[in-house]
Amino acid sequence: MRKIELPLKEDDILSLKVGEWVELSGPCYSARDSAHKRIFEALEKGERLPINLKGSTIYYMGPTPTPPGRVIGSCGPTTSKRMDPFTPRFLSFGVKGFIGKGKRGKEVREAIEKFKGIYFVTIGGAGAYLSEKIKDMKLVAYEDLGPEAIYYLELYRFPVMVAIDSYGEDFFNK
Amino acid sequence: MRIIEGEEIYKLVKKLIEDANFDLPLSILNALKRAKEEEENPNAKIVLDILIKNAEIAKEKRIPICQDCGMVIIFLEKGEEVCIKGPLEEYLKKAVREAYLENFLRSSVVKDPLLRENTNDNTPPIIHWEIMPGDKIKISVMIKGFGSENASTVKMLNPTLEKEEIVREVINHVKEYGPNACPPLIIGLGIGGTMEKAIYLSKKAIFRDLYERNKKPHLRELEEEILDKVNSLNIGPGGLGGKTTALDVRIEDYPTHIAGLPLAINLQCCAIRFKEIEI
Repeated sequence: MRKIELPLKEDDILSLKVGEWVELSGPCYSARDSAHKRIFEALEKGERLPINLKGSTIYYMGPTPTPPGRVIGSCGPTTSKRMDPFTPRFLSFGVKGFIGKGKRGKEVREAIEKFKGIYFVTIGGAGAYLSEKIKDMKLVAYEDLGPEAIYYLELYRFPVMVAIDSYGEDFFNK
Repeated sequence: MRIIEGEEIYKLVKKLIEDANFDLPLSILNALKRAKEEEENPNAKIVLDILIKNAEIAKEKRIPICQDCGMVIIFLEKGEEVCIKGPLEEYLKKAVREAYLENFLRSSVVKDPLLRENTNDNTPPIIHWEIMPGDKIKISVMIKGFGSENASTVKMLNPTLEKEEIVREVINHVKEYGPNACPPLIIGLGIGGTMEKAIYLSKKAIFRDLYERNKKPHLRELEEEILDKVNSLNIGPGGLGGKTTALDVRIEDYPTHIAGLPLAINLQCCAIRFKEIEI
């Protein structure tokens, strides 16, 4: 499997094609339903965001609590589709990569092509396996949201497949 | 009349919840291994290999099989000649609370569906009762994540529909919602009864043994036909292609009204977490 470093570089994004499996290593942020809603509200009000969206990769995930002696608990992807209403706006603010599971809507596919982003899928129901592919985790914002808070994550050889590439090619809509 | 202390039920339910979250049923693990051998699609092989490793890591290192530790659904089938002492609902809540907090399981339940404040202990569970003859109690615990719960549905069909149209309803539903529901799936179908009875049956179908068919020949045939057709959709493990979209299809049926044909479609994800015990 090809290895890709995060944050994503433009060359890497442009060279990745739909259906290709790669291992991601480097920093990203977790964010799911409620965190998306809060970031979105902050953007609407023009408030300062707790994370720098520019060039970032977002993983749709809410982990189980971390047991003693481990980096993170179970941490597989959640269904990406629920984040669809927020994704084009996130791309317009500079987010480059998304990691989740399952199909996306047409608007997301078009926005990914327009802003030269990329959507990866990883494996739903493999949270224990994926917990071994994360080297570091820190709480960043929205602690009150519990598992839905934003975490800084450092991935290490984290397996993903390109599901929508920067040319708008969609694995689920071939 | 046999008497069982509520405290005993609490201890058993707590243990069932813990086991379910860390220990994929052996029959399912073996089915994944078989599927990996039989798959030719390279994506399917990658996904199945990871799902098998996931089950092994979850068990060995006590990391939950899935980060969505679900809502807890408790099915209690109580014999007519047995009585449970004590505030049972409180005991069941206590079992959930302690199992989730002591084992680092994710609390995913919100108090109010609109206000959405987390209860922080995954309570309350969903509790279903049934009465059966005898003096035994059967307790079944299911952990249902919402990736697959959101992909489940009930349809109130026209009673004059032909069998082929029922098959088409299921296939179209799986085509649309299957890829997001973490396949390989087990598809539980509840046919007949009323709306809620059909849904209940589609949930209970998940407890059936793998490949155990409905006893009625025409329903057994329907199960086999749907399984074949679902596995020809090329959805595959993780929705990434292959012939293992579903490990099994189970139909549970009940008498229904002359005007109706309820059909509940329950998509169970690959993180199949259930345990049961009879006492």
